[in-house]
Amino acid sequence: MSNFFDKSDLVRKDAENIVSDTLKNCDDGELYLEDSKSESIILDDNKIKSSNYSSDLGFGFRAVSDEVVAYSYSNEISKDSLKSSAENLQSTLKSITGTYNNEIPKSNKKFYSDVNPIEQKTLNSKLEVLNKVNDYLRKKDGAVKQVTANFLGEHKSIEIIRSGGEAITDIRPLIRFNVSVMLEKNGRKETGVYGIGGRQSYDDYLQNDNWKSVCEEAFRIASVNLESKPAPAGEMKVVLGPGWPAILIHEAIGHGLEGDFNRKKTSAFHNLMGQKVASEGVTIVDDGTIDNRRGSLTVDDEGTPTERTVLIENGILKNFMQDRLNARLMNTRSTGSGRRENYRHVVLPRMRNTMMLSGKQTQDEMIKSVDKGIFAVSFGGGQVDITSGKFVFNCTEAYEIVNGKIGSPIKGATLIGDGPSILKEVSMVGNDMMLDPGIGTCGKAGQGVPVGVAQPSILIDKMTVGGTKL
Amino acid sequence: MIKDQDFLKAKAAHCLDVAKKFGASDASVTIGHSVSETVNFRNKNLDESNRSDGLAFSIDTYIGKKKSSISSSNLLDENLSILIEKCYETTKITPEDEFNSLPNKNLLVESLKDLNIYDKTHIENDKKIHYLKELENSVSENKKIINTESSFTEKKSNFILANSDGFCSGYKTSSFTTSCVAVAKDEKSMERDYEYSSKRYFDDIKDPQTLGKLASNHTIRKLSPKKIGSEKLSVVFDKRIAKGMLGAFASAISSSAIARGTSFLKDQINEQIFSDSINIIDKPDIIKGLGSKNFDSEGVKSEALILVNEGVLKNYLIDTYNGRKLKLQSNGRSGGTTNLYFENGKQTYDELLKTNSRCIYITETIGHGSNLVTGDYSVGATGFLVEGGEFKYPINEITIAGNFKDMFKNIFLANDLEFEYSTNSPTMMIEGMTVAGK
Repeated sequence: MSNFFDKSDLVRKDAENIVSDTLKNCDDGELYLEDSKSESIILDDNKIKSSNYSSDLGFGFRAVSDEVVAYSYSNEISKDSLKSSAENLQSTLKSITGTYNNEIPKSNKKFYSDVNPIEQKTLNSKLEVLNKVNDYLRKKDGAVKQVTANFLGEHKSIEIIRSGGEAITDIRPLIRFNVSVMLEKNGRKETGVYGIGGRQSYDDYLQNDNWKSVCEEAFRIASVNLESKPAPAGEMKVVLGPGWPAILIHEAIGHGLEGDFNRKKTSAFHNLMGQKVASEGVTIVDDGTIDNRRGSLTVDDEGTPTERTVLIENGILKNFMQDRLNARLMNTRSTGSGRRENYRHVVLPRMRNTMMLSGKQTQDEMIKSVDKGIFAVSFGGGQVDITSGKFVFNCTEAYEIVNGKIGSPIKGATLIGDGPSILKEVSMVGNDMMLDPGIGTCGKAGQGVPVGVAQPSILIDKMTVGGTKL
Repeated sequence: MIKDQDFLKAKAAHCLDVAKKFGASDASVTIGHSVSETVNFRNKNLDESNRSDGLAFSIDTYIGKKKSSISSSNLLDENLSILIEKCYETTKITPEDEFNSLPNKNLLVESLKDLNIYDKTHIENDKKIHYLKELENSVSENKKIINTESSFTEKKSNFILANSDGFCSGYKTSSFTTSCVAVAKDEKSMERDYEYSSKRYFDDIKDPQTLGKLASNHTIRKLSPKKIGSEKLSVVFDKRIAKGMLGAFASAISSSAIARGTSFLKDQINEQIFSDSINIIDKPDIIKGLGSKNFDSEGVKSEALILVNEGVLKNYLIDTYNGRKLKLQSNGRSGGTTNLYFENGKQTYDELLKTNSRCIYITETIGHGSNLVTGDYSVGATGFLVEGGEFKYPINEITIAGNFKDMFKNIFLANDLEFEYSTNSPTMMIEGMTVAGK
């Protein structure tokens, strides 16, 4: 555990006093301290391209009065620096008369250990794995023209000090291991990318030469794409595979159910609480409590323990995801969804692990029911316009479906749909729910946070596929 | 207050000394400081004020051809020593790479031009608030606007880049950015759009009334959109989207993509990749330019480059490492382009819109649908149906798709180039794209 006051002229008692003084007439706020170490080791083009280590330390001080947020951060933890931040906050919130809400729920449950993944595996053994990946793929097939593999590791300690001196701490490990491979055959080039990760040490993910299966999956995706034909254009039926394709849920529904957009009434969902927004049989939860998952958190960045929040139950909209500020203004409670990228940023309500739960049908039944459509297995990124509700995501592995059978692979295409109506187009929900491999990062207001997704196979009756073949 | 050059130089010199003492054969260090202040308004009221004050340090240490790097925000001397030692120890066990080295000394910048990219004016929060009040009043005039969010950010930065070959240089920059996002509503739909202004000098940003009016107009005209059918059409890209085409082009000609063989523009130097009316320039010394700089992130002098001349690709964007790999000299583009732009076309905006009896005009794209390995392009889009040069109605929930290789050859440009961003394009039309809708 980092002791933020060890090497500073700022003693804990002084910090507590400054926090309590500054926030005395505020509705909420806290001092957030963060010490993070991260590394990135990249093999590319047959060489170790870079090995970077980064160490970041700082605080963010927030004062909240009614709807107004004043925020100041610095990467110098000292008495002067905290005092000047306090003055900055007070100058914004001059004549306010709020009552500080001391209430914050408690929980002793932890969803990951405090292992430091960076220190736990030597640099040499990381370099060895990356070189093995490169050799393995290049020996596997002459068509392999480029291999990139990398390790990303992070170890973050945080402490939240609230008015009155209550302190909440958390230690968060996070890793990712990625392989990207480019194949060239008959003048065509295609890439395949695959990765794994979560909140454990590297070796937990690399047991039994598991790096080989990551290589195989990246290679398989690239090989499929070498045979791909131009994708069709227009509205048609779409079968989504289980697991990572749930970024559809994240983009189409998830963002629109974040508390801030609904309090501000800029979300297409803001007036749909309690109403039917999805087909029967569709249940979606946002869960921060799954052990060691990339999107899991023991406490959020305001100190609230995370939970499993039911967003949509059997088609009916049940809850939004809330941080403390939006919960207070909407007369509800925080769902432990207040997150920030780091101490430089204010807290926003964000997703954790967003999951559509299993139904009863099989993927086979879905494919058989489609005369003309596409079967999408893997995706790149996605994006949504919260207000109009339109969202997109990009296929990285997809096939055409002709007369109930899976046909040729098709080139990467964007799919576009309408968030509030897409879940009403879901006509089958599979019995094969799967978690994603642990690689997602969600961007909002310039802040990236690690998230997870999960879903079973689903059949969507109507979606626009953005290919080139009319 | 922003840290001065002497403070940053002293820190940089200290870091280089420490690295040398541990045994590094070469080292390069960047120290930066930036202070930024933002005020946000929502629905005519103060919503958030945010002050950030951040130091940043990064160092590359070399032992011969071995290299490693470290970055941190903690600049206490004691911490710097610990980190530089760690960096040196990592370098020892990192494999050699024959292309690693500091840049060629002959290419380093010698004297700095004054590019007028630092405005020392400080705008007090009260004045920011006054600007935002006027902006929000202006955008809210039309009753269809139901939600507004506006923001004013002032940022001042200073940096020093120093290396063990004796290079040591840096300078201050500033930016003032105001923006307004509006949400409009009618019986059928709710739509969002925006306008913003970003300049080096405070006096150059758009006045609040104009900015508010533009944001309001952009948003209201999107209300009650329709979805159109799927067909081949000419697509006109608004200037704020057209610059994205240049961004994709720049990524595809970066020396790293070329050296790795992962660009659809590999081996295309001196080949016709655009129609012969197209010229693309990257010019680092535009006075007050948002992308203006004296040297790149390695200290190499940046000079104007003609990237595409009459449709023919003339230059890649080259840094030291990838340049060595490709047996080419760095052209001062480590870290990317500076002020990148298409030269004006010959037609007016109106003429461009009338080229075809029917086309679509795109104001926003969503998604990350550019594949720079294959050149395949497919994104979600919002805009307007245009007939006989007239805007008929707003459209959304469509995609536009093609391949950059064909798209580049079918680009036609209007003559309305302005230097609003660091990458700029006139209004652009691309013929024969696939539009997917109903």
